[in-house]
Amino acid sequence: MATSVQRASELSMADLKGKVDPDWCPGCGDFGVLAAVQKALVELRIPPHNVVTISGIGCSSNLPGYVNTYGMHTLHGRALAVATGLKLANHELTVLVTGGDGDGFGIGGNHFVHSMRRNVDLLYIVMDNQIYGLTTGQTSPTSRIGMKTKSMPFGNIESPINPISLALAAGATFVARGYSGEQKHLTELIKQGVEHRGFSFLDVFSPCVTYNHDNTYQWYRPRVKKLEEESAYDPSDWTAAMEKSLLWGDEIPIGKFFERTDVPVLHDAEPVLSEGPLVHRDLRVPLDAARSFIEELM
Amino acid sequence: MKQTFTISIGGAAGQGVATPGDIFAKIFSRRGLNLNAYNAYQSIIRGGHTFLTIRTSPERVTNMGDRIDLLLPLNQDTMDRHLRLLIAGAACIYNADTIKPGSPASGVQLCPLPVSKLVDITRNKVAQNTLAIGAGLHMMGVGFPALEEVLREQFKKKGDAVVADNVGVARVGYDYAAAHFAAFPNPLPKTENRYAILSGNTAMAMGGAAAGVKFYCAYPMSPSTGVLHWMAAHARKAGIMVRQVEDEIGVINMAIGAAHAGVRAMCATSGGGFALMSEGLGMSAMIETPVVVINCQRAGPSTGVPTKTEQGDLWQMLGAAFGDYPRVIAAPLDIRDCFKLIPEIFNIADRFQCPGLVLCDLLLSEGRLSVDPKDLDFSPPIDRGELITANGTSSGGVTNGGYKRYKITDSGISPRAIPGVPGHIHTVATDEHMEDGVLISDEFTNPIKRRAMMEKRMRKVVGIEGAVPPPAQLGPTNADVTLIGWGSTKGVIEESCEILNDQGISSNQLQIRWLVPLHGEAILEILKGSQHTIIVENNYSGQFARYLRSETGFVPNGHIRKYDGEPFMPHHIVEAVKEQLAGKTKLSVPTHEIMV
Repeated sequence: MATSVQRASELSMADLKGKVDPDWCPGCGDFGVLAAVQKALVELRIPPHNVVTISGIGCSSNLPGYVNTYGMHTLHGRALAVATGLKLANHELTVLVTGGDGDGFGIGGNHFVHSMRRNVDLLYIVMDNQIYGLTTGQTSPTSRIGMKTKSMPFGNIESPINPISLALAAGATFVARGYSGEQKHLTELIKQGVEHRGFSFLDVFSPCVTYNHDNTYQWYRPRVKKLEEESAYDPSDWTAAMEKSLLWGDEIPIGKFFERTDVPVLHDAEPVLSEGPLVHRDLRVPLDAARSFIEELM
Repeated sequence: MKQTFTISIGGAAGQGVATPGDIFAKIFSRRGLNLNAYNAYQSIIRGGHTFLTIRTSPERVTNMGDRIDLLLPLNQDTMDRHLRLLIAGAACIYNADTIKPGSPASGVQLCPLPVSKLVDITRNKVAQNTLAIGAGLHMMGVGFPALEEVLREQFKKKGDAVVADNVGVARVGYDYAAAHFAAFPNPLPKTENRYAILSGNTAMAMGGAAAGVKFYCAYPMSPSTGVLHWMAAHARKAGIMVRQVEDEIGVINMAIGAAHAGVRAMCATSGGGFALMSEGLGMSAMIETPVVVINCQRAGPSTGVPTKTEQGDLWQMLGAAFGDYPRVIAAPLDIRDCFKLIPEIFNIADRFQCPGLVLCDLLLSEGRLSVDPKDLDFSPPIDRGELITANGTSSGGVTNGGYKRYKITDSGISPRAIPGVPGHIHTVATDEHMEDGVLISDEFTNPIKRRAMMEKRMRKVVGIEGAVPPPAQLGPTNADVTLIGWGSTKGVIEESCEILNDQGISSNQLQIRWLVPLHGEAILEILKGSQHTIIVENNYSGQFARYLRSETGFVPNGHIRKYDGEPFMPHHIVEAVKEQLAGKTKLSVPTHEIMV
């Protein structure tokens, strides 16, 4: 995200509270993500009216309504496409995209991959609970093999995608994983993701207490291990990040896998934006340009 | 009858049909002549059969017409397909080394060029084309300097030697014709007028720039890709962000995102891509963020005939996205209108915060027309509606919260604040919501609030109807026959009416530009006085006829339909009208005689 953003003098958690309270199930991992988003924005002191939180559809995609920023609750899977257009029309805004694993990796998979290769400057937080919750419990693209759901009652036979490896392969310039049960760590990752110039991908384990009885808090707690605690780990090493991304089992890494800052962000790469955000421009085409457009046709 | 001259050039894709076409078009245009060009082609980069028809006249030309005056077949296939179309007075110039003519109708002049005897064809591979251009222009009575000037421009980038070679070859063709071929009886006229020549796609792209579009995105799809090409080539000069997106779902959503930030955003596609945009249109309507989408129709269903024209997407447009929502749908009447319509539809979309849909087709998108440069107005009226771009600009003054994005109003229009404005923070949602944007679809659905929001949005329809003019009848009142068309058939129906009037069958025309809102009562009022009504459209099932009946109960006396991929020619309509007036049929499906 842009680092040249305006800063508010002081913000409190109350300033970031939305008009309504979340309607998630008690114990849902998404509460932790919402709190971490609000805390990160408070600590970064970004004026809420300069932030746009954009989501798709699903339990976690209700998040924009619970945070006091401009918000767009769009279509299932389409948040990244909407966010890209919005960011390019006004690149001075801080853009957060939030959603679930079905929304982002299933129906929105195409936009996910292409948004990363474009290096559009935003933070994409996926609340990954490995299940479809709002449709009452079906297999998702990150459900593990063997997991029993209403749509695969005899167990999932399809391999899950690996969002971290996929993001690394697609060219995301900031790739991280958080855990809803690790608030401070998650808040720190969100802050880093917001500050990073370019596409920041943050996959967050956000347990579904209602429909996923496999990947619970009890399951995650002993497994998650922070990359930041490994002194030898170098997040600028793409190959090392790719190797780490493949770890799954007794030990599951969380933290910043990878970051690079040498790839131009989309809005910097386009000279049309060099004179500032499109939204502040005069609507009229300069007369000499208009004349030349017609002259070409004569 | 109009005094027109029509030249047709045919060959395989890659044989260089376009270049002679451009050269003739430029020469016609610089003589102050109007022109209309239509290129029949296939979805192939090399090979196939491309057939370009350019019709020119000092008067307005609106369609390809019925008659070819000069045929330039660049290969045997073209000769075999089209020589039989020529009638007395026409001529055919061809390479006698490689093409055998067959037997033409009497009065058709065959003009064989002994190409290898005239020029060194090993040095210039398109020498036969250049020779034919030179010969043709002599026969049309055009002075050589006009050709020389255009050739110089055409080949300037390739260096002086190439220019000199082409000018020399053209001169040989020009002089050979002087010595061997009879010139056309009337030399090509000249006027003091000056025209721009442009395609419908270029016109819509330029219309977008004139409307203040700042964001354009697309996925390539024939026949809409020309809009993307113009936008991409002129983006930096016009200050437009242009993106090529992964698919049309991404396109519509990206455009809506940009529009939501506060700019005017546009995208174009064809039927297949438009099908993918359907859900996004619903979002535009529900979150009340205006966007303009162009559908350049091609022959469907499915992949269909990607390079052929049709008016087959009307019902897709009418049915796009689920649920009831306000929107406007307009079909440009000709290439000039492709330009003019875009700023108009943006003003309506902005004022009423709803999607604006443009239903164009291949005939206009890829056809070319001469347009008076004064008609390309880059300062059209711009009305962005009730848009709040800074705190304190709305009627409510400075606010610190309490802003209601979806405030219930008499007009149904709620002042729209763009992200970044202090004091107006809100979340928009594709779920049904309350005035402040909070969802009513999840925790507490509320039938009273749902109804109020539906009625608020749909109240905009009344305003839209008032903002869009009703159609008007063209031609004499109390005519024997009234031809009803929509969109791109305007020109060909107009010329058909002229021919019918000349032949003693008085005819008038009702051409529909605004499809939604339709102004059904005004249409009924016009048609009340008609003797015999016929709906003309470029599709199989009479999509407009069915729509008109569903909106007004009106049933015409007959139908003329065409769904072979090619546009109507005036004689198709004239003959169909005669057979229907004679009581032979109520449904005419003219045969396209040109095999392309």
